[in-house]
Amino acid sequence: MTIFDLETVRQDHFTLFGLPRQQGLDAERLEVLYRDIQARVHPDKHAHLADSDKRMAMQWATHVNEAYQTLKDPLKRARYLLHLAGHDVKLESNTAMPTEFLIAQMELRESVAEAKAAADVDLLDDLLRRLRKEVRAEFDHLREALDAKQLDRAGTLVRQLMFQEKLLQEIDDALACVDN
Amino acid sequence: MALLQLSEPGESAAPHEHRLAVGIDLGTTNSLVATVRSGMSVVLHDDQGRPLLPSIVRYAADGTREVGYEAQVHQSLDPRNTIVSVKRFMGRGLKDIAHIETLPYDFIEGEGMVKLKTAQGVKSPVEVSADILRALRERAEASLGGQLTGAVITVPAYFDDAQRQATKDAARLAGLNVLRLLNEPTAAAIAYGLDNGAEGVYAVYDLGGGTFDISILKLSKGVFQVLSTGGDSALGGDDFDHRIFCWVIEQAKLSPLSHHDARLLQMRAREAKEFLTLNAEAPITAKLSTGEFVDLKLTTEIFKDISKTLVQKTLGPTRKALRDAGLTPDEVKGVVMVGGATRMPQVQQAVGEYFGQEPLNNLDPDKVVALGAATQANLLAGNRAAGDDWLLLDVIPLSLGIETMGGLVEKIIPRNSTIPIARAQEFTTFKDGQVAMALQVVQGERELVSDCRSLARFELRGIPPMVAGAARIRVTFQVDADGLLSVTAREQTTGHEARVEVKPSYGLSDDEITSMLKDGYNHASDDAFRRALREAQVEAQRLVEAVQSALKEDAHLLSTLERAHVDSCLAKLQTVLIGDDRRAIDMAMDALSKGTAEFAARRMNQSVQRALAGKKMEEMENL
Repeated sequence: MTIFDLETVRQDHFTLFGLPRQQGLDAERLEVLYRDIQARVHPDKHAHLADSDKRMAMQWATHVNEAYQTLKDPLKRARYLLHLAGHDVKLESNTAMPTEFLIAQMELRESVAEAKAAADVDLLDDLLRRLRKEVRAEFDHLREALDAKQLDRAGTLVRQLMFQEKLLQEIDDALACVDN
Repeated sequence: MALLQLSEPGESAAPHEHRLAVGIDLGTTNSLVATVRSGMSVVLHDDQGRPLLPSIVRYAADGTREVGYEAQVHQSLDPRNTIVSVKRFMGRGLKDIAHIETLPYDFIEGEGMVKLKTAQGVKSPVEVSADILRALRERAEASLGGQLTGAVITVPAYFDDAQRQATKDAARLAGLNVLRLLNEPTAAAIAYGLDNGAEGVYAVYDLGGGTFDISILKLSKGVFQVLSTGGDSALGGDDFDHRIFCWVIEQAKLSPLSHHDARLLQMRAREAKEFLTLNAEAPITAKLSTGEFVDLKLTTEIFKDISKTLVQKTLGPTRKALRDAGLTPDEVKGVVMVGGATRMPQVQQAVGEYFGQEPLNNLDPDKVVALGAATQANLLAGNRAAGDDWLLLDVIPLSLGIETMGGLVEKIIPRNSTIPIARAQEFTTFKDGQVAMALQVVQGERELVSDCRSLARFELRGIPPMVAGAARIRVTFQVDADGLLSVTAREQTTGHEARVEVKPSYGLSDDEITSMLKDGYNHASDDAFRRALREAQVEAQRLVEAVQSALKEDAHLLSTLERAHVDSCLAKLQTVLIGDDRRAIDMAMDALSKGTAEFAARRMNQSVQRALAGKKMEEMENL
C-alpha cells in the first residue's frame, strides 16, 4: 500500500486527487473528488471529537482547499506545474514581454480608465468580455506549451496572463467603484 | 449501572447518545433558540409560549437583571440601563457607531471595543450578549431537560474577525460550548435547501435588524458551497426606523428630544414601519414629556421615498457578490429572503426587479436562521442519522492583510476564499540580535491600512538572535471553520517556534475574559464547580464513545502494542469519569487524546484514500 498521508499529499496536489500531472484537467472530476474528500476531512465531520482530531481535520481541510484552488484555476495550475518542474517564472525580475502585447495592453488600460471616469458600465462590461476572450485563447497556447515541455515559452505566457488577470481585476474594481 | 444494554437495531443503544445541541440566532432585534426533535427542527418557546426573545437587557438600579420582554417594557422608562440592539456594538469602537448622538447610553471613552456605563457597572457588549445567550441556554436546558453538549451560534456573514470573536467570547461567558459560528445566510440556505431539496445556484438576501448580508451558494448533492458573500454589517431595519424617526422630527418640527422621548419616537417609528407591511398608511401619534403632541400619517409612498437610498445600498454588495461568484442575476435559480426587514414591500420589489424573479418567501424570515443552525448543531454534535448528511463549505467575507512599510496593506488571504484556509509568509529581522517583531493584521478590501479595520497586533517573541536579515521567520495565518484567524510563527533555519502574543484592537484579551468568567461564577445561582465537573464528564464520555466507535471500525490500523496502550488510556478515563475529580478527568482525557493521535491520523489517511478508490470503482463500473 502506498503511503498516503498529509505530508505526502503536500508534496504534489495532483496525487491528492489522483489526477495526471498536466495542464489539461477534467474539471468536473476534480470538483467531484474535492467534494468527496472534503466530506471526509472537513472539521464539521469531526466537531464532536477530541481537540486533536479537530485540529487534524482543520489541517487536512485547509490543505484540500489549497490544493483544489491551485488546480482549479488554470493560471495557478500552470504556475504550479512550472514550480514542480523546477522552473522559476521570475515574476519579479523578468518583466520582458513582446512589444505588441504591451501596446495592446496599454491601449486597453487607457480604455478602462476612460470608461471608469465616464462611469460607463456597458463599456466596462464590453472590455471585460473582450479581455476574457483573449485570455481564453492564451490559455490554449499555455496548455500546448506545457504539454510540449516548452517551459520558457510557458513562463512567458504565464507572465502575460498574470498581467492580463490584473487588468481583469482592475476592470472588476472599476465596475464596483461605478456601482457605489 | 446496567451491565448489559439491549436495543433493537436502528435504535440508539443508550438514551444519552442523543446529544442535546441547539442553534442560536443571536439577532440585533430578537434572538431565538432551536433544536432538532424527532428529526424535525423546532424553535423552543419560553414558558409563556413565545418563540422570540427580544435582544434587550436591563441592568436596573436595584440590581435586578431583566432580559427580553421584561426588559423591553422598560426601554423608554429606563433607556440608559436598558440596552437594545447591542449586536451593533460587538467588536466595534466608538467611532464605528452610527447615530451615536441619538443613543441614550453612557459610553466610556477609550480605545478598543465600546463599553457602556450602567446602574450595575461598566458592561462590554460581550457581557450584554452573554446575558441574552444565557437566557436562551436556560430556556433550552429547561425545555430539553438536560445540559447542552453544544451550540451553533449564527453571525452575519459579513461580520469581521473582531465581531466573530466577540460573539464567541459572549457564548463562552454564557457557559455555552460553541460547536461552530455559522453565517446567518448559510444557516438559512441549509433550512431552505433541505426543506425543498433545492439544487442549483441560490442567493440569500438577509436584511436583519442591524446587518445586511448577501450570499451566493451552489447547492448540489448534499453540498452547500458558498461561492461569495457580501454585505454591510451596519445596515438593517434599525436604519429604516431611523429614517422615519428623522422624518417625524422634521415634520413635527420638534425641539431637541430627551432620551425618553427619543426612545418613544424610535418605538413609534418601528411600529409604523411594521404597519406599512400590510397597510397603505400608518398613523404616528405620541405625547412627549415636553407636552408636545405628534400626530402624523406616514404613507407607503413617503416611506419608500425616504428609505430609497437604504434599499439601494443593499444592491451594491449584491452586485459585487454576484460578480465575485462570476455570475449574472439570471443565473440565480432562486432568491431566499431572510430577516424581518425583508417584509418591507419596497425591499421585496427592489430585489425582485434586480433578479428578475419573485423572491422566495415560503419560510418564516424570523425563524429560518435559527432552524438552519439547529440542524447544523445536530449534525456537528454527532447525532446524524444515516443518509441525513451534508457538507457545508463557507468562505471568509473580507480579505485579510498585514501592514507593510508606508501604511500599505499586503493581502494575505483574499475575500471569498473557502475556509479553513492558511497562508504562510516569510519575514526577516532588520537588526542584529533582534528577538521580537510585531505584525499588524487588518481586514478589508482597500490598499491603505487606514481604510481597513485593524484586527490585532501579533507580537512574535523568542526569535533566536541572529545577524540582521539572517533569520527566516515563517508566519502562518490560519483561518478556521468559524472564520477566525490565528497566527503561528517559526524560525526556519533553527526550527524554533516563536511565541505569538495577540493584542486585539477591538476584542477582549484572554485576561479580561477570564476575569469576566470568574465574576460570572461568583454571581451565578448555579454551582459553578458542579457545572464544570458535569461539563468535563460529558466531554469525557463523548471522547470515550468516539474512541470506542473508532476501534470498532478500524482496529486493524493499530499494532497489538499500540492497541494495548489505547485500551489502557481508555480504561483509565472510564474509571475516573464516574468520580468527581475534575483534574483527573482532564488528565486522563489528555492522555487518551495523545494516545490516539496517531490512530486518528491513520484513520483520516485511510478515509481520504477510500474517496479516491471509490471514484475509481465507479469508473470501472461505468466502463
